[in-house]
Amino acid sequence: MKRSLRPLAATAVIFIIAYGLAVLQFPNMLSTRVLGNFLTDNAFLGIAAVGMTFVIISGGIDLSVGAVIGFTGVLIAVLTSWLGIHPLVAFAIALGVAALFGAAMGFTIHFLQVPSFIVTLAGMFLARGGASIITQDSVPIKHEFYATLGDLMIRLPGGGKLSFIGMLMILIFLGGALLAHRTKFGSYVYALGGNSVSASLMGVPVARTTVQIYMLSSTLAALAGIVFSLYTSAGYPLAAVGVELDAISAVVIGGTLLTGGYGFVLGTFVGVMLLGLVQTYIIFDGTLSSWWTKIVIGVLLFLFIVLQRVIFAASAPGEKSPEKV
Amino acid sequence: MIDKGERRMADSQYVLEARGVIKIFGSQTALDSVDFGLRRGEVHALLGENGAGKSTLIKILTGAYQPDGGQVLVDGAPVTLDNPLHAQTHGIGTVYQEVNLLPNRSVAENLYLGHQPTRFGLVDHRKMERDARVLLTRYGLDLDPGSELGSHSVAVQQIVAIARAVELSGKVLILDEPTASLDRNEVERLFEVIGDLKRAGLAIIFITHFLDQVFAISDRVTVLRNGRLVETQVLDALSRTDVVRLMLGKDIAFSGATDLEPENPTTDVLLQFSGYGRKNGVAPFDLTIHKGEVIGVAGLLGSGRTEMARIMFGADPADQGSLRVNDKPANVRNTTDAITLGFGFCPEDRKAEGILGDLSVRENIIIALQGKLGWFKALNRDEQLEIAGRFGESMDIRAASLDMPVKLLSGGNQQKVILSRWLATDPAFLILDEPTRGIDVGAHAEIVRTINRLRDDGMAMVVISSELDEVVAYSSRIVVMRDRKMVAELRGKNINPGVIVQAIANNPDEATP
Amino acid sequence: MRRLRLDRLANPQLLALVGVLAINWLLFPSFFHVTWQDGRFFGSFIDVLNRGAPVAILAIGMTGVIATKGVDLSVGAIMAVCGAVAATMVVAGYPAPIAIIAALAVGLACGLWNGFLVAVLDIQPIVATLVLMVAGRGIAQLITEGSIVTFNDPSLIFVGTGSFLGFPMAAVIAVVLMVLVTLLVRRTAIGLFIQAIGVNRAAASLAGIHSRMLLMLVYALSGLCAAIAGIVVAADIRGADANNSGLWLELDAILAVVIGGTSLLGGRFSIPMAVVGALIIQAMNTGILVSGFPPEFNLVVKAGMIILILLLQSPYAALPFKRRPAASNKTASS
Repeated sequence: MKRSLRPLAATAVIFIIAYGLAVLQFPNMLSTRVLGNFLTDNAFLGIAAVGMTFVIISGGIDLSVGAVIGFTGVLIAVLTSWLGIHPLVAFAIALGVAALFGAAMGFTIHFLQVPSFIVTLAGMFLARGGASIITQDSVPIKHEFYATLGDLMIRLPGGGKLSFIGMLMILIFLGGALLAHRTKFGSYVYALGGNSVSASLMGVPVARTTVQIYMLSSTLAALAGIVFSLYTSAGYPLAAVGVELDAISAVVIGGTLLTGGYGFVLGTFVGVMLLGLVQTYIIFDGTLSSWWTKIVIGVLLFLFIVLQRVIFAASAPGEKSPEKV
Repeated sequence: MIDKGERRMADSQYVLEARGVIKIFGSQTALDSVDFGLRRGEVHALLGENGAGKSTLIKILTGAYQPDGGQVLVDGAPVTLDNPLHAQTHGIGTVYQEVNLLPNRSVAENLYLGHQPTRFGLVDHRKMERDARVLLTRYGLDLDPGSELGSHSVAVQQIVAIARAVELSGKVLILDEPTASLDRNEVERLFEVIGDLKRAGLAIIFITHFLDQVFAISDRVTVLRNGRLVETQVLDALSRTDVVRLMLGKDIAFSGATDLEPENPTTDVLLQFSGYGRKNGVAPFDLTIHKGEVIGVAGLLGSGRTEMARIMFGADPADQGSLRVNDKPANVRNTTDAITLGFGFCPEDRKAEGILGDLSVRENIIIALQGKLGWFKALNRDEQLEIAGRFGESMDIRAASLDMPVKLLSGGNQQKVILSRWLATDPAFLILDEPTRGIDVGAHAEIVRTINRLRDDGMAMVVISSELDEVVAYSSRIVVMRDRKMVAELRGKNINPGVIVQAIANNPDEATP
Repeated sequence: MRRLRLDRLANPQLLALVGVLAINWLLFPSFFHVTWQDGRFFGSFIDVLNRGAPVAILAIGMTGVIATKGVDLSVGAIMAVCGAVAATMVVAGYPAPIAIIAALAVGLACGLWNGFLVAVLDIQPIVATLVLMVAGRGIAQLITEGSIVTFNDPSLIFVGTGSFLGFPMAAVIAVVLMVLVTLLVRRTAIGLFIQAIGVNRAAASLAGIHSRMLLMLVYALSGLCAAIAGIVVAADIRGADANNSGLWLELDAILAVVIGGTSLLGGRFSIPMAVVGALIIQAMNTGILVSGFPPEFNLVVKAGMIILILLLQSPYAALPFKRRPAASNKTASS
């Protein structure tokens, strides 16, 4: 098996075993209803995690994701509820604003040659602060279009529902996988994460690609914000606090190397599902408290970081092999 | 791809040419009116020690640097090469020592990144891998193009890099020390590929430190020294000794034989290395060093001389053999052990391994002494100033202030700072790796004076240097390194640079003087 | 020595602090108005000192970490854990000193864990400390069992709300800690060694300095500082709030250190200046509050500050001041 597939395989095996055990304990968990809710409840996280996957594969990190989700929610709520703009137009505006925002972050990271975490930290402050300046309260969204989207779903056999946002997430994952593995842009993202000096010598447009990566991440975060607003029917400036950490965890648990260069968009899907499983299990159990989610995620994160360290330590990119004579 | 060059062949005899190229960095002239011409279908070796200007010339020929004077011509027409990618469009491809590919991606993607075949706007992996397989077969590689590049040996990666460079440029191939981390069989395999490309009409520049390899595949050779062109010559006209002499310079006369400093058998033995070595470092060697003795180490770059120094100092600890210090067994597992035993080491790469750039001259001087004293026995500011001031004066360190960052000093003064750093620890044994390279004449003289003074004070030293006449002047014995082995230990009378050059070149056909 | 002190008074951090305070004074003329009441000082300025203390305490530990080219993202979560430990222990009937010692020990253990991942397993600091950042709050909630644990122990409350010579206890703790840690690193060789490995780890290692113990030390210290900050915050609100205690404070601490002139690329550092950085952040906070802006406006100002500092530290800003043209490889990639 390819080295880079091993962490993903580990995640998949853990997911199957964990799910199997959970089903043994609570046979109800094997219903289409639970599966459908799985997708609906994690849709916004999944969409944000797709963007985060690209960022992390390229060797960066994006701390602004949660704040962009919050900002987008507020922006859409204000545009539709206060200004009476149609949600679709509001969506387009939000996506456009986020794209510009991400482009600005990517531009700063590349041209000032500074670590991505500090730039996206500024982005996080800016987005969170901006949202709070617009409003400090939760703004409800009451628009028939929202109701329409809410009713849009595929009924699954067994009483389950595949909601619009669940389908959207799956679509984004498929699109993300195509982008990562079947386009030149995708190969450039991996190239940057592998070795940015080599990449530039090989003709990768480093500046353009960096800007595009952060644009993609922020745009998908905005899409996640739209989904979140559909999910909650409101915009709240402090919504989705800390979602960036969940997204990063899902990406790493899904087999992407936190230092960049290796990873799979569909692995992130397994990561998101594993996080969802932990949450669902805790809800089903009823005696376990919600904080166990964070602890379990932390433990998984640790295990995967160490696992990657072990798998990739043998010949980290850029290190010369010791096979000299 | 190769015949593209053929069609465009102009009347110029050179595919790629540098005319009177000048490159200046600050106060240093890295290249001084250098001429260089590359013909079709030749392997042209570019030789020179560190700082000779090889890499600067290569960077100009690949567009990484812009010349400050002179011009670069492709097929006889002057060109401005903006960057390596632009050079590629002029047919110039480069393969670097550290394979500049992506070990995390597949072999096929490394071959075609940026030029992947697409179908309906998507990368066509199947076609790409099929093309890659065909291409790799031409280079004698039978491997899965879908496999991760990093899973293959450096030699295979090197060949993949060559295939990519030739595929994308197709006229000139620059090989910048491609063999540095290859074993013998891998080198041969690489040479077969180079031979095929040469026969196909490619012009190849080959940079290496290994003379054997130069003689194995090169047609012509250009030697640079101190930023100047020394000579361009058909290789058949030169002997190994000639080449080494051209590289090390100073018109070494075979007549003016100097006697080495007499060994003084009455002084005590300080160090005995026996069977000392490290796998993948240096083959086991024996060496006895007396107090008050300087051992000169000669050898070309890549001969294992720096590796030997690092093994002695415990930076890459020995994994075989034994060491006795003052006739007692000693164990050097890391640099701390070495320092505790009274060793000191001035590394060759001052910037990367020597100076602590942002720290002050004072802190740079006392750091090793402080390291020896530990966390809690801190030298206070006055003590630091006293020590730094003392060495600043005795070593003639030209710094506006002892509190200025050491990175602002000139190379020579930085070297004196590092030497002072070790002298402050009152060492019994100092290892100096190219202490006089790349520094101005004044600092050079000062360092040679210091070496003489320390020797007379009874310190034992190992000095690695390419300045042979200088080594002869202060050493009592000279150890010659080649192919990561100690190949000779020269002592006694009638030692001159010529003898050393021959020991380095080791051409048995030539008579010893 | 004497001349140096004068130079230090004119450094950009202190000027910025004076500037921010002056703006506060202009917007709010009674800003410096300090009253004496119940044996302690009151006033907006005193408030800045008091409220700035937790970030200042975190910044003291963070400085050492950043000086080694690292970063510690877990301090906010460690604060929550240690606050929870102290609170639940006094509620369970342990005397306050024991609870405080236990909380400090937990903080130290968290720091050593981070140090182990970074120094021994050689994991990137940002990755290594992410683990506790994620898991820490869960652990804190596990300790408090999800509720806000309130307490009435007067000695523990004193740590957060008491006063010493009229000054708020939190500020006094921050100053004492700053002095102690500064003495620890400056009177020993530890500070020099930290800078050496931050500037050039390869050269430092050849000079005989071993980075492993030093890295363990700086992360342990950072954990300990987080524990102190966590106790102070818990004592201040008389309760441990596992969800919100120290939330995002790691980012404020990093910002304070960077404002204090320590580069994210490691090397030279100044602990007092990082504390000044924390005060600048708090003075702006207070200024925004007293002038009637919503508190979230703060975040935007902080973002602006980060961007300003990045611009000042960027290679482009340094270009006109460069003394020698660098013959670096950068030209190759440009």
